[in-house]
Amino acid sequence: MAGTLVVCEHLAGKFSDITFEMLDLANSLGTGEINALTFGSMAENAGELGIANKVISASCSNDFNPETYSAATVAAIESTSPDLILIASTSMGYDLANPVAASLDLPLVAYCTGIQNNGEDFVCTSSLYGGKMNVSSKVSGPVVAMVLSGTHDADSGRREGAPSMSEIAAPATDGKIRFKRLIEPEPGDVDITQSEILIAVGRGIGSKDDIEVAEELAELLNADIACSRPLVDAGWMEKSRQVGKSGFKVKPKLYITLGISGAPEHIEGMKDSATIIAINSDENAPIFDVAHYGVVEDLFEVCEELIEELE
Amino acid sequence: MKIAVLLKWVPDLVEELEVDDDGTGLDTEDLKFKLNEFDDHALEEALLLAGDDDEVIALAMGGEGSEKMLFTALAKGATRAIRLTGSSTEGTTGLATAFSQVLEAESCDLILTGVQSVDDRDGQLGPFMASKMGLPCISVVSEVSLSGQTASVMKEYAGGMMAEFEVDLPAVLGIQAARETPRYAPVSKIRQMQQTSTLEEFSITDTGTGSGSTVSGFSQPEGGSGAKMISDIEELAELLNGLGVV
Ligand SMILES: Cc1cc2nc3c(=O)[nH]c(=O)nc-3n(C[C@H](O)[C@H](O)[C@H](O)COP(=O)(O)OP(=O)(O)OC[C@H]3O[C@@H](n4cnc5c(N)ncnc54)[C@H](O)[C@@H]3O)c2cc1C
Ligand SMILES: Nc1ncnc2c1ncn2[C@@H]1O[C@H](COP(=O)(O)O)[C@@H](O)[C@H]1O
Repeated sequence: MAGTLVVCEHLAGKFSDITFEMLDLANSLGTGEINALTFGSMAENAGELGIANKVISASCSNDFNPETYSAATVAAIESTSPDLILIASTSMGYDLANPVAASLDLPLVAYCTGIQNNGEDFVCTSSLYGGKMNVSSKVSGPVVAMVLSGTHDADSGRREGAPSMSEIAAPATDGKIRFKRLIEPEPGDVDITQSEILIAVGRGIGSKDDIEVAEELAELLNADIACSRPLVDAGWMEKSRQVGKSGFKVKPKLYITLGISGAPEHIEGMKDSATIIAINSDENAPIFDVAHYGVVEDLFEVCEELIEELE
Repeated sequence: MKIAVLLKWVPDLVEELEVDDDGTGLDTEDLKFKLNEFDDHALEEALLLAGDDDEVIALAMGGEGSEKMLFTALAKGATRAIRLTGSSTEGTTGLATAFSQVLEAESCDLILTGVQSVDDRDGQLGPFMASKMGLPCISVVSEVSLSGQTASVMKEYAGGMMAEFEVDLPAVLGIQAARETPRYAPVSKIRQMQQTSTLEEFSITDTGTGSGSTVSGFSQPEGGSGAKMISDIEELAELLNGLGVV
């Protein structure tokens, strides 16, 4: 086995949790040497990447650019010949893993929640169909695997150490993509990352007016309202209330979902909540895999009865 | 300007999903399919971007659902609709080859795909195909504006953070959300399109297949393994009491 290359994602000067999750995964696989690829000045934080044997630093901007970052990743793969290349299944990862696999003609397995190393090949498990099916793919290396956030242990992947350092120049690109600026989210009227109790509303609520029933319940429980992405896209809720991959990561004492299916993109934003209660009329909804308590019923009936009971 | 939009037919997740007899795929017998929701956003964004002189071309692989998707796109205002025929194509590599043939023949300036779909394990077609075609690509896009031969786009990161990029056209964009909620096409309008317009066909050749990996297992996650199920409201109220929230 020729080892693993972990492509370290960072944002705003810090390695993202997924970077440490991938290091944890790499460490558990026993594929030999672990090399970590960092970009720009992130190599200065190499001490956090103690699981890696070596850190390869690509000299380029700290701001993600699909062209330069994928060219640098290709160069790192060519110089280290890994069997397994781990890239985050994130917004940046989409525009990095695909061009890398396309230009090197490598197989790509997306949405990985777990990888097994069989010596001869890898078995990668992908979470598909909105989290309703697990699909295993058998593939021999070298392979690019895109790892879903929240599937491995970032804490055990975060280890102090002094990996050996090397540098590669990011190859020149044709500059068709230009990074302009990073935009911070606009603060909303509540900061849901600070809320102790959240009632999260999903598409199952059906219409904007019906959010009222959730608000009524929230009042009784002293909770704030959060939501899944489709409600923001429909213009029913503010972006500042969105939990998940492209929204906020929350960790309240209690998280109650009303009509949320539990797609991986939602789960990664709320799975660490202390207690999760899910209300959904579909008994097969993947939300019940992460919830501590579940109610399989119409959310309106549950809310009305519960409001009555609590009053 | 020519704007192309790729439309994919995907299983409706509201339905109960079952594994087929081989254990390596979905049992599609009784399954309902629909347009991938992000493709609906991509189409909406294309229609919003297009001026009077611009063309919006809807593209789909021939086969089930293609007529419905394409006539609906025409009813919503797409200028043309093309169905790809000639060989069945699977896997991101094969699809990238197939679509790039028609996209190159049409020399499109802007190509919009949905950001991802729910049933594809071998990568996101947009950035994969762009790389094969030598075009720039940004995905997870929720705002686009055009000026001359450049597009200015917002790419979404975690935590509500966004990045603005400038991209030279022709380019591929993977759309997460259109600026507006996708428009609705009344059934009567779709029927009318079926009667008055025709779908163009484009024959693809030699796409090759294979994703380099083989499916070895297909299974439902252990449903409700962690959750304790509650069936009565008093019990739920007691639970909330016990958690100290009421
Ligand atoms: C790159 C990317 C980033 C994303 N980021 C996020 C993100 O940050 N946050 C996020 O949430 N999503 C995100 N998504 C979208 C995600 O993939 C799902 O589409 C989304 O989470 C689904 O939201 P939902 O559960 O509310 O809706 P659905 O999946 O449509 O589920 C609705 C649920 O309601 C149930 N239901 C319907 N009626 C009732 C009723 N009367 N009573 C009880 N239950 C009912 C149904 O059984 C169903 O399970 C992202 C997607 C992509 C591609
Ligand atoms: N078979 C297909 N037919 C049409 N468009 C597709 C197909 N596969 C992928 N796409 C496009 O690529 C996007 C990403 O899909 P995927 O690569 O399946 O995650 C979709 O939202 C579509 O716009």
